[in-house]
Amino acid sequence: MSAPILDVQALDVVYDTPAGPARAVNKVSFSLKPGERLGLIGESGSGKTTMGTALMRLTRAPGRIAGGRVLLDGTDLLTLSPRALRATRLRDIALVPQGAMSALNPVMRLRRQMEDAILAHEPRRKKAEIDARIAELLTRVGLKPEVADRYPHELSGGMKQRAVMAIATSLSPKVIVADEPTSALDVVVQRQVMQTLGRLQEGLGAAVVLIGHDMGLIAQFADTVGVMYAGRLVEIGPVAAMIGAPRHPYTRLLIDSLPGIDVKRRLTGIPGLPPPLVKLPTGCPFAPRCPLAYDRCRSELPLPQETAPGHSVACHLYPENAELPPMPAPKEEAAP
Amino acid sequence: MSRELISYLLRRFAQFLLVIFIAVSVNFVIPRMLPGDPVATALARLQTAGTGQTMDIQAVSDAYRARYGLDQPLWNQYLNYWADLFRLDLGVSFANFPQPVSAMIAAALPWSVGLLSTATLISFFIGSYLGGRLAWPGSGRGIRMLVPGMMVLSAIPYYLLAILLVYIFAVYLRWLPPAGGVSTTRIMRADWATFVDIVRHAILPIMSIVLGGIGFWALGMRSQMVSVLGEDYITFAEAKGLSPGRVFFWYGIRNAFLPQITALALNLGAVVSGAVLVEVIFNYPGLGSLLYVAIRGQDYFVIQGVVLVLILTLAVMLFIVDLIYPLLDPRIRR
Ligand SMILES: Nc1ncnc2c1ncn2[C@@H]1O[C@H](COP(=O)(O)OP(=O)(O)OP(=O)(O)O)[C@@H](O)[C@H]1O
Ligand code: SF4
Ligand SMILES: [Mg+2]
Repeated sequence: MSAPILDVQALDVVYDTPAGPARAVNKVSFSLKPGERLGLIGESGSGKTTMGTALMRLTRAPGRIAGGRVLLDGTDLLTLSPRALRATRLRDIALVPQGAMSALNPVMRLRRQMEDAILAHEPRRKKAEIDARIAELLTRVGLKPEVADRYPHELSGGMKQRAVMAIATSLSPKVIVADEPTSALDVVVQRQVMQTLGRLQEGLGAAVVLIGHDMGLIAQFADTVGVMYAGRLVEIGPVAAMIGAPRHPYTRLLIDSLPGIDVKRRLTGIPGLPPPLVKLPTGCPFAPRCPLAYDRCRSELPLPQETAPGHSVACHLYPENAELPPMPAPKEEAAP
Repeated sequence: MSRELISYLLRRFAQFLLVIFIAVSVNFVIPRMLPGDPVATALARLQTAGTGQTMDIQAVSDAYRARYGLDQPLWNQYLNYWADLFRLDLGVSFANFPQPVSAMIAAALPWSVGLLSTATLISFFIGSYLGGRLAWPGSGRGIRMLVPGMMVLSAIPYYLLAILLVYIFAVYLRWLPPAGGVSTTRIMRADWATFVDIVRHAILPIMSIVLGGIGFWALGMRSQMVSVLGEDYITFAEAKGLSPGRVFFWYGIRNAFLPQITALALNLGAVVSGAVLVEVIFNYPGLGSLLYVAIRGQDYFVIQGVVLVLILTLAVMLFIVDLIYPLLDPRIRR
């Protein structure tokens, strides 16, 4: 087994809000082997973007990284000097930010925005070399080299997304964090963009953290799936096990809420709301919505435990149960 | 140049011509809507004021009546007015009869343009830079302390600030001349000494304008910058590993600047009216002073001519901003 390329240990990210610290990422740990594809899903507000930006140490006020380590090839990004950190960004770990539609500076031609990325890391490059490289990068994501001379508003949504991916992969990073790269695109373009991302990943052999809402899209892409709930990584495991035999009640409900090919399956949705991040319950954060919750869940926080190699879950049902017990139909919301 | 850009430029130019046309026409109509006969009133006033000047009242009166062409139909007067304009004939001054208004304006215009454009641009750029730094998370405490001070300066009424500066630098320290555009004894030549003299006279008025305006620009820029820094392209720029300086200027300032330029265009009007105050306080030989003296003396054609020039200057400046804008923001070229 190869050493992990990315090893995240007990990462804590907090937003300092007037109501108190909001723990948006809470003791999250996972690791990624070179070339591995991790899909991260969770409801809106579960902390996916917060974690993705923290992986590049791009967290901005009122957010701050309150603890943990992000080991990239053995080096902790969180303790690097600003200069060393800048050298690491893009070269070793790259981000395709959420809202890549707006990730390009509207008043600069694409060429300048690709150029400055390369020059920031390889200042001695000649103009001709860079132009050749830009043409190559654009072709690789399925764009014509001439696109470099356009302004962002002259590109379609899908083209912008590809352009951002071209920039993110311009220095062949070892890890790519892609935050909902397909949101705001229509279904056809979504598929194309995902295929492009897949091809890039194979070509570069980079590890990818793909963030998304859509279990279907993620399942098609990822080797490993992680589920976030209220800032915690509640379950992570191989994609087949996660779909076929999820351990965490929340994962189960997420999968059940998938429309899927099987139309007979009722679109349930998960009743209730995630807990406020400034006032998390003492026990399991999912307890108020969990159909299987029992006394212990409300008093004691379940910690991640490995139930099978590479599969870990934070739930009190384990290790007593070998697999997830049958779940009663989700409680209906109490009528007001 | 793309076809869109050309069509944009043509449209702007047409707008510019329209503005000029309206300004000139209004300038024609308004004096004719005033009650009474301005020539008679003015001359009567001059006589009773007993300025001691020996002038041939009849000649002056005839000159003005011929100018007005009061016997002709309004339409003809209007055409004549345009014809005069094209010959740069703006009439003659009452107070300095028979000096042509166009000559007086030509003498005053360079002073105003030099003083105000320098001061406004300095204030605009320094203020915008400081505002940008103020919003930038990496800026030191020095910047954070500086800007509130600037705001206080902006809050002081302009004439107090100007008097304070004159007192400190001209009266107390005696470093700089208190007023005027150039030493009264100096013979104007295109040499270094004249240049230095002019600059020395310009420093205090420029300083007063800059200090008075910098806080305004800083505040506007800060709020623009705060919203720009929240944009995804800033995050992505940082994710690319760019240096903070590059992100600050090319992704932050560069974008936050655009609305500032619009604000600058809108403020050019205030610059023009501000000119009167500054020039009168510093006895500066520009258009503002000329207008002030003309209004006090009801020097009719001078007022009309200066106002026309001020409006035209404003229109030209707005047009220039319109021309620069698409270079800065490609999204505008539509
Ligand atoms: N600037 C901020 N100030 C305060 N709280 C914030 C801030 N940004 C995010 N949060 C909070 O942190 C939590 C996680 O937000 P985050 O954007 O990481 O969620 P997400 O999982 O990416 O959601 P989505 O799927 O909608 O993108 C949310 O509850 C949000 O309210
Ligand atoms: S710990 Fe309890 S409440 Fe939390 S998911 Fe497991 S069973 Fe449900
Ligand atoms: Mg998000």
